[in-house]
Amino acid sequence: MGGFDFNVIERSIGYLFREGMTFTLTLTGLAALGGIIFGTILAMMRLSSHKWLSLPATGYVNLMRSIPLLLVIFWFYFLVPYIGAWIVGAPTPIQVGAVASSVITFTMFEAAYYSEIMRAGIQSIARGQVWAGYALGLNYWQTMGKVVLPQAFRNMIPILLTQTIILFQDTSLVYVLSITDFLGAASKIAQRDGRLVEMYLFAALVYFIVSFTLSYVVKLLQQKIAIIR
Amino acid sequence: MNYNWNWKIFFNISADGRHTWLTTLFIGLGWTMATALCAGIIAFLLGSTLGVMRTTPHKWWVRFGNAYVEFFRNIPLLVQLFLWYFVLPELLPDAIGGWIKSMTPPWASFVPAVIGLGLFTAARVSEQVRAGIQALSGGQSPAATALGLTLPQRYRFVLLPMAYRIILPPLTSETMNLIKNTSVALTIGLFDLTAAARSMQEFTFQVFEAFTAATVIYILVNLVVVNLMRWLERSVAVPGFIGPADVGGGGH
Repeated sequence: MGGFDFNVIERSIGYLFREGMTFTLTLTGLAALGGIIFGTILAMMRLSSHKWLSLPATGYVNLMRSIPLLLVIFWFYFLVPYIGAWIVGAPTPIQVGAVASSVITFTMFEAAYYSEIMRAGIQSIARGQVWAGYALGLNYWQTMGKVVLPQAFRNMIPILLTQTIILFQDTSLVYVLSITDFLGAASKIAQRDGRLVEMYLFAALVYFIVSFTLSYVVKLLQQKIAIIR
Repeated sequence: MNYNWNWKIFFNISADGRHTWLTTLFIGLGWTMATALCAGIIAFLLGSTLGVMRTTPHKWWVRFGNAYVEFFRNIPLLVQLFLWYFVLPELLPDAIGGWIKSMTPPWASFVPAVIGLGLFTAARVSEQVRAGIQALSGGQSPAATALGLTLPQRYRFVLLPMAYRIILPPLTSETMNLIKNTSVALTIGLFDLTAAARSMQEFTFQVFEAFTAATVIYILVNLVVVNLMRWLERSVAVPGFIGPADVGGGGH
């Protein structure tokens, strides 16, 4: 292995970002959006006084939180075709592909973590506000949608974003499904050109810059939107 | 659905021709726990040192600790493991690099996995230790100084004993995170529990039996760790102090 060849990065930079980073960011965005929506529903279920709502939600969140993301990725990769076949009533497992399967996996997995954040957010709203909402004649959905959730979101924005940065880093694990995300793209070039050192160092640098910048923005945001109580 | 369940598969001989699949899963669990234990020792010692450094009055120690945490938190664990496994041996002088590359199979993955997971988790432990020390009442350090204790003595006899008790609950979740994160090392060839389930799925096509077994084992490990830590919390609790406060955390 003679000397560094930083030329390999220059040659592949278009591929790395156009193919790889685009996929990584798309996956992060979709999973964050889906995860926050599903996570909020899970949090509302967990806080419900109906046992048949809170028990399954609690079980789901605890299950997801006790097994490794990689195992979840493998689970869904094989499970989703069967679930899909069950939904459409097909006799054989349907083909969903690694990309769709990874979006579903990350949405379902991150929902468990987002739901814990949203649960804390909902619980941080004073109980009196809910009663005040009911006293005004609002029903459950109106109280949640117009009083509790907007404040819960606002309070939790920094933590939700921090979790999204973790999600951004975690998407690199789709490597095990041979998907061309940013790390997957870097790894393919690295193996094709035999330039593992340069490509993995460059990948680390890019992940670092993106995550570091985003967490700095979150820190600024935190100071800006903090409510003085 | 036309999936053929076959739970007896666990008693069939596995791909290595010697053990049953059930034993193979437990061999995987053994590697998971061994890796997590070794990495945990590194993470605890280094994380404590860094966490302490970040609360000292020395500006450069604080900066070094902060830089370490930023570095190891902002690069995905998978990429870090690749750096230790693929990149490090190339950057070291030929003699050492060659020696690393000539390591035999289990150790060639095990050693980089332990180092990578250890240093990664150290950053997270240091966050907890720092938070624990900062959660103590502000008068403790000056009071200890007034008693004539030196800086190391202040940490050893006053600050750390209470800080560790405060951060036991977040350290419990960190321990679980470490055990779960060990599975990432399967990408550099570590035969951990997830890798064992994956190999069982590849050879027998009994996908759901393999992953169900791995899931159940992870949940059991979870229960054991949580209960061990609760027992530890109770046995070191200082009478008169209310249960330890949650110092935050999140992530995985």
